[in-house]
Amino acid sequence: MTAAPLLEIVGVSKHFRGLRAVDDVSFSVERGSIVALIGPNGAGKTTVFNLIAGVHHPDTGSIRLDGAEIAGLRPDQACNAGIGRTFQIVRPFGGLSVLENVVIGALRRSADVAAARHAAREILSRLGLAEKETARASSLTLPERKRLETARALATGPKILLLDEVMAGLRPVEVDAMVGTFHELSRDTGLTILLTEHVMRAVMALSHHIVVLHHGQKICEGTPEAVARDQRVLDSYLGAAAPATAR
Amino acid sequence: MRLSRGIVALALFFVAMAAAPLFLGDYPLAILILVLFAAYLGQAWNIMMGFAGLLSLGHALYYGLGAYLSAALFAHYGISPWLGMLAGIAAAVATGSAVGALSFRFRVGGVYFALLTIAFSEFTRILFDHLHWFGSSSGLFLPVTGRAGADLVSLRGPTVMFYYLLLAATAAVLLLSRILLDRRIGYYWRAIREDEEAAQASGIDVFRYKLAAVALSAGLTAIAGVFHAFYYNNLYPETIFAMGRSIELMLPAIIGGLGTLFGPILGAFVLVGISEGLTSLTAGLGIDGLKQLLYGLVLGLVVTLQPGGLWPWIALRLGLRGAMR
Repeated sequence: MTAAPLLEIVGVSKHFRGLRAVDDVSFSVERGSIVALIGPNGAGKTTVFNLIAGVHHPDTGSIRLDGAEIAGLRPDQACNAGIGRTFQIVRPFGGLSVLENVVIGALRRSADVAAARHAAREILSRLGLAEKETARASSLTLPERKRLETARALATGPKILLLDEVMAGLRPVEVDAMVGTFHELSRDTGLTILLTEHVMRAVMALSHHIVVLHHGQKICEGTPEAVARDQRVLDSYLGAAAPATAR
Repeated sequence: MRLSRGIVALALFFVAMAAAPLFLGDYPLAILILVLFAAYLGQAWNIMMGFAGLLSLGHALYYGLGAYLSAALFAHYGISPWLGMLAGIAAAVATGSAVGALSFRFRVGGVYFALLTIAFSEFTRILFDHLHWFGSSSGLFLPVTGRAGADLVSLRGPTVMFYYLLLAATAAVLLLSRILLDRRIGYYWRAIREDEEAAQASGIDVFRYKLAAVALSAGLTAIAGVFHAFYYNNLYPETIFAMGRSIELMLPAIIGGLGTLFGPILGAFVLVGISEGLTSLTAGLGIDGLKQLLYGLVLGLVVTLQPGGLWPWIALRLGLRGAMR
């Protein structure tokens, strides 16, 4: 972590018909780190993701990836710039096989289908989906779909992976398995991850750094320990969840 | 092993089709030509709807452009239909790209896109009604010379010549579809068909790939239009650009299996077979509209019982997977 941060968000705002969804938010993500974006429902987490991934364009502010401005790019251009994202409500290519889903991601890096299949298989085995490769994506269970969503995003070869509530709806055992997978990924490949999550057990176990949003504004950021003790965070969000994380 | 079984079956099919004129008279051959027209057009339309998920209800537009341009150039200047075909393809690709670009640029999707394709097709029909160079509403006719020899250069010849041209074109589009599905563009089309937003998030320039599907489908459809013009020798805007043609053109792919490779070909056989069978069945009864009624009933039955089309159902039973899909 010598050079500038991989992702820099500076003074970004986004309004929807008078609603300030994101209000002058700034934070950065260091290369190789895992950063969590947390906050109550409606805090603007998914909007921040959509701004980074090119679904929405910020009214003001700047989003830089590896020093290059990416605010205002289309989603496919953002992906080509190095943003890999998952959707909060999973969107697999339902009629296609698990392998084909991931091949489509891998084809971003190489037009050669054979090479893309090879890369896709590697990613599938890393995410524990190797045995499912011929299954139709629509036949998968929810945890498997979440993994497939992650595999497809990873296959595009992103500089940073955006995980939008990939733990939501999973049982605790499945959450722990996912946490293990992301730890391995981060350790083995040095992948940078930005995630939003309500499952505090996963947030605490994974992140090096936490950014807390509330009503579209950043109210706090720091290490997991510091954030968990912050009074504003306890009042707005963790109040109920904090005891659960102590387990 | 399964793959080679499919290839062998396919090779046998095309050998049988190639040998058919040796055993068939002019009338059965003319019916097989209807099958090939339907199969070829079904395949062309399938590229847009079956592969990329773009519903076109106005393919008569591209068909008509191919037919009219090649026919008019030949009738007025004696220009070879093959050059006319290039003009027809260019016009169809340009028009398709314009319709596509307009729709995709302004995010007109799904049924609204389909409505727009109808609108453009209808505009063109009305336009051609008033273009004297194309014979306007009273029709454009090609001089029919003695059909003794086959003149491939100006597409003047017997039924069997058109039969082989259409058979070759059908085989070529089958091969082309197979190749494209296995390449990046095929994967991208299917991604767009399944979920456009997720496709875009995977780095796919959906505008570009959707436009490619429209352009290719339109251009291929124009080629069939050229064959139509030189096979039938007469063109009227009301029949060439007819809404009914656009609908008829989709049926082989829907009945055979959307997005499948062999589906449109199978669908064409089934549809023309049912239609001809019903004609001879109801001919003696003399009840008007009975044929259409039964035809609709059979189609309804097929779509209800096999919503995914007949080919996936048959392919499964033949143990064919992958290669022939």
